[in-house]
Amino acid sequence: MIDVNGLRKSFGPSEVLKGITTKISKGEVIAVIGPSGSGKSTFLRCLNLLETHNAGSIKIDGKEIDQLESNLRKKIGMVFQHFNLFPHLTVLENITFAPQQVLKTNKKEAEKNALELLQAVGLSDKAHAYPSRLSGGQKQRVAIARALAMNPEIMLFDEPTSALDPEMVKEVLQVMKNLVKTGMTMVIVTHEMGFAKEVADRVLFMDDGRLVEDEQPAIFFENPKTERAQVFLEKVL
Amino acid sequence: MNLDFAQLVPSIPYILYGIWVTLQFVAVSLVLGFLWGTVLSLFKIGKVTILRWFADAYTSVFRGTPLILQMLIIYYAVPQLTGMDIGAFTAGVLTFALNSAAYISEIIRAGINAVDKGQKEAAIALGVPYRSMMLKIILPQAMKNILPALMNEFITLTKESAIVSVIGALDIMRRAQIVGASNYRFFEPLLLAGLIYYLLVMMLTLTGRVMERRLAKSD
Ligand SMILES: Nc1ncnc2c1ncn2[C@@H]1O[C@H](COP(=O)(O)OP(=O)(O)OP(=O)(O)O)[C@@H](O)[C@H]1O
Ligand SMILES: [Mg+2]
Repeated sequence: MIDVNGLRKSFGPSEVLKGITTKISKGEVIAVIGPSGSGKSTFLRCLNLLETHNAGSIKIDGKEIDQLESNLRKKIGMVFQHFNLFPHLTVLENITFAPQQVLKTNKKEAEKNALELLQAVGLSDKAHAYPSRLSGGQKQRVAIARALAMNPEIMLFDEPTSALDPEMVKEVLQVMKNLVKTGMTMVIVTHEMGFAKEVADRVLFMDDGRLVEDEQPAIFFENPKTERAQVFLEKVL
Repeated sequence: MNLDFAQLVPSIPYILYGIWVTLQFVAVSLVLGFLWGTVLSLFKIGKVTILRWFADAYTSVFRGTPLILQMLIIYYAVPQLTGMDIGAFTAGVLTFALNSAAYISEIIRAGINAVDKGQKEAAIALGVPYRSMMLKIILPQAMKNILPALMNEFITLTKESAIVSVIGALDIMRRAQIVGASNYRFFEPLLLAGLIYYLLVMMLTLTGRVMERRLAKSD
């Protein structure tokens, strides 16, 4: 469903992605790991055009992404490290905003849908609260519900638990695990190795702008092929 | 010291009427300046290079030259060029609107830039179109940064408006001077004018504080 070929991206003189090639099939859960600065976020952001790549191609269902910009955004949901909830809107308004603005869903239906999503992430009682009243874990669960409200076919997560206190990591990972069960296609940048091992179908290990390993987690975590992956795993495990 | 306020008394209503003139002047200038400043700020954050360049150059010129010079140019030079005679009040309003637009565009631009860029990214990732992103997500948050600075601009404008007296608009300042000249006593009417300006500024300052506290509460 996503076909990435020779993807390159530079910021000024420094090349951050040095030719990434990979395929992601429908329903697959991909964990992207690697050292800081290796280009994981940039890769993810290229997938939904938050960054425009300099060379190579990204095709979704066979179509080059630049050509379907607005439709593409509706297909891809994104969850950020720092939640990026809209602080001046309530939880319910955060979730219903885009469906109303973009999909032209009427308010009543959007709210009904939002309340179902809130129930799914265990936050029914917070519908009318403002984000500032929520804990980090709750904010991230709302952010996930907000992205899901657009009925995406693919969900991108950029270190969704990195900004959280340790005791809140679990609740967010649980919501993500539930999402995995629904068969959602997911690309997750994460430092949670246990989680990656448990839920991912494939692990992409990035280093210095390159895709160094692309492997099933069982194999990757037990027998990393490259030295760079070995060094990295020694540090984080 | 020989101060004689008794002589001033009959002229007090005349000077007080200047408050209305000054406020009208400032309010019209501010509204026009705000509208034009908003447009300029959109130029500045927009993608069209030539508009951005224009807005930056515009701001630079209006901030880099004396206000009184701008006013004299508009008052004397515009009629000379176009043959159209504009009154002192209009020339003053025009100058102040054009001038404050430069400052206000900076205020708005800074206010928008101060909004966390994650907000824009979240909206883009959700597919929200530029217009509703600006109107419903970015600007409401930017307002918190913009309103207090705008209030300061209002205060500055109120004080600086006194220079329209130079071209003869009948504001507080000009009226005080006229009364002074006709009584051959300048100190008392100028003191009164000073008191009026001070009270106006204090009122605006207090209003601004109340507003800021309201905004802070909604956080
Ligand atoms: N907008 C930008 N402008 C310039 N350089 C950037 C920009 N975004 C990222 N970079 C640089 O690109 C490189 C890769 O960044 P990226 O955020 O993709 O890494 P990452 O793997 O996500 O790292 P982390 O684990 O710290 O999040 C870094 O060296 C970073 O400084
Ligand atoms: Mg990152």
